Amino acid sequence: MRTTGKIIKYEIRDIARSKFVLFYFVFFLLLTEGLLRFGGGSTKTLISLSNVVLLVIPLMAIIFGAMYLYHSREFTELLLTQPVNRHQLFRGLYLGLAVPLALSYGAGLGLPFLLHGFNAEGDVALLLVMIGSGIFLTFIFTAIAFWISVTYNERVKGLGFSIVLWLFFAVIYDGLVLLVVAWFADYPLEKAVIGFTILNPLDLARILLLLQMDASALMGYTGAVFQRFFGSFWGISIATVALVGWTAIPFWLGLRRFAQKDF
Amino acid sequence: MRPGLNLILYFTLGISVLLGKVLEVTTPTLQQVIAAAEPFDTVMVTGDVHTQTPIEIRKPLTLLGKNGAVLDGGGKAEILIIHHDSVVVSGLSFQNAGISFVDDNAALRIEKASHVRVENNRFIDNFFAVYLAQAAQCTIRNNQIIARNLRETNSGNGIHLWYCKDILVENNRISGMRDGIYFEFVMNGKIRNNLSENNLRYGLHFMFSDSCEYTENTFRDNGAGVAVMYTEAVKMHRNVFIDNWGSASYGLLLKEIRDSEITHNIFRGNSVGIYTESSNRVRVTQNDFLGNGWGVKIQSSSLDNEFTANNFIGNSFDIATAGRQNHSRFDGNYWDKYTGYDLDRDGVGDVAFRPVRLFAYVVQQNPPALILMRSLFIDLLDRAERLLPMITPPTLQDNRPLMHRVVHS
Repeated sequence: MRTTGKIIKYEIRDIARSKFVLFYFVFFLLLTEGLLRFGGGSTKTLISLSNVVLLVIPLMAIIFGAMYLYHSREFTELLLTQPVNRHQLFRGLYLGLAVPLALSYGAGLGLPFLLHGFNAEGDVALLLVMIGSGIFLTFIFTAIAFWISVTYNERVKGLGFSIVLWLFFAVIYDGLVLLVVAWFADYPLEKAVIGFTILNPLDLARILLLLQMDASALMGYTGAVFQRFFGSFWGISIATVALVGWTAIPFWLGLRRFAQKDF
Repeated sequence: MRPGLNLILYFTLGISVLLGKVLEVTTPTLQQVIAAAEPFDTVMVTGDVHTQTPIEIRKPLTLLGKNGAVLDGGGKAEILIIHHDSVVVSGLSFQNAGISFVDDNAALRIEKASHVRVENNRFIDNFFAVYLAQAAQCTIRNNQIIARNLRETNSGNGIHLWYCKDILVENNRISGMRDGIYFEFVMNGKIRNNLSENNLRYGLHFMFSDSCEYTENTFRDNGAGVAVMYTEAVKMHRNVFIDNWGSASYGLLLKEIRDSEITHNIFRGNSVGIYTESSNRVRVTQNDFLGNGWGVKIQSSSLDNEFTANNFIGNSFDIATAGRQNHSRFDGNYWDKYTGYDLDRDGVGDVAFRPVRLFAYVVQQNPPALILMRSLFIDLLDRAERLLPMITPPTLQDNRPLMHRVVHS
């Protein structure tokens, strides 16, 4: 564990020097601050932010994650010549990237709200859900990025695959769901659709936000089914397990690859 | 019975025993007092629980409750029935009018009378509370009506009017009934400043009630919101429709409403703000639609309605419609989703706005698709449809969308 800690410490310093994380933090800070100042009200700001969060975080995490590992390939190889356990090294590299990204996102979003306050009661919960799901998305998509970049040695291939994967989760998957819903319109699909949601971390995060934002639209029969599921103990547990699974499985796949990889 | 009365009773009994003769003394029932009263007398009802019901009034009287006087129906039948004009009932508590599946038992019934005033009373756990049948020029004011029923079938309406004319319903608070306020065949009623909340079915329900005016009422969290049908010349001003949630719940449901005005109302946090079906020539102006699931659901059977100078802010869907037809106008509203520009700075956007999203249509056809709301894919579809409407009604657009929120005059 101490080795992991050392690697994390080194990497954080390295990332700080690359200024990307700083830029990432300032981006969210300025965006939130600007929306709060000119967009009028915390509720509207949060709704605008939700779109950005659901698109930008996965995209940034997956691209930056893949790029970072390709960039530091030589350094990784150097470390591997030292008596360093590969598992520890991979863990260190992963956490050293995901943690600063998650922190700068959380701080960039949270600080302006601390300064400006909230103008509706439900907004605190909404912000917390947004920060929480954003952090999960950071960890998930960084893990996916690492898995991709240890799998493909070619940088272009890896980056291309990352973007396609992001596009799949963000756009194509929902198109497929809509297609299924339209095809099987005669069947009660409420529960099946909940299942589809769990299979896409982006959809899962979106639904968690949706339940906070569009409660009155969701109160139709279908919406009530969703709300009852995701509002219940089981629903919350399943959603959390799914998010943890979405982090753990790509991480574990990447770790296995990394451990066996012939550099 | 009060201690004072008891004392007199015992005293009288004592004397009669002394004389070796038993005299029976009973306090008169409220019905007997009313029978003895002259027209235009005032009957003071003091702080007892009166269980000798039903009580009927067949002459002009003033019935005044003092010190928390209670009329209790004992869960059997009706409590007070007014058969004559110019009766005033004030300051009384009515409770336990009997639940019946055959009769509309009411705590207070006004039957074929006019100029009756019902003021400052409390109605607790009655089947129907105030029931007016073929009444005219009556006033129902400052009453509190509460019930704790859980099922629609054994619960009646708060203020129920049937075949009435020129009735004023003002400053009442109604909760927990089946319908808060119910009108059927009422002409020229004025409903002002009432609060109707947490009723099992509708906060306000009227049918065939022409030329009525509804102003400054609040309808909150009712089972099915407010439903109004088969009526013309309705005026609804400055009402608040709030938090009516559910799959069959509407802030305001209009069915076959004609030549009416809906202005200066606030619709906030309802599943559907206004639902309109076969309603013609209704003017909906200067209203706020805030944070509803659907701001307005309009069926193609509605003709020549006019929506103008309204604010649509924070609704998940602003307007939804089922077909490709649209026969209503939507010009000159403020839409928070409008992204156009205003080059000449006259406060009116230079490009038209289409408030119907393709996704609203998709969800109406396939409800489970609701789970895709706020997805990037759906946003792309919506944008494409707005550029070139293929499925949503092409004429349903705001040609003069406002750049700033309307400040209602």
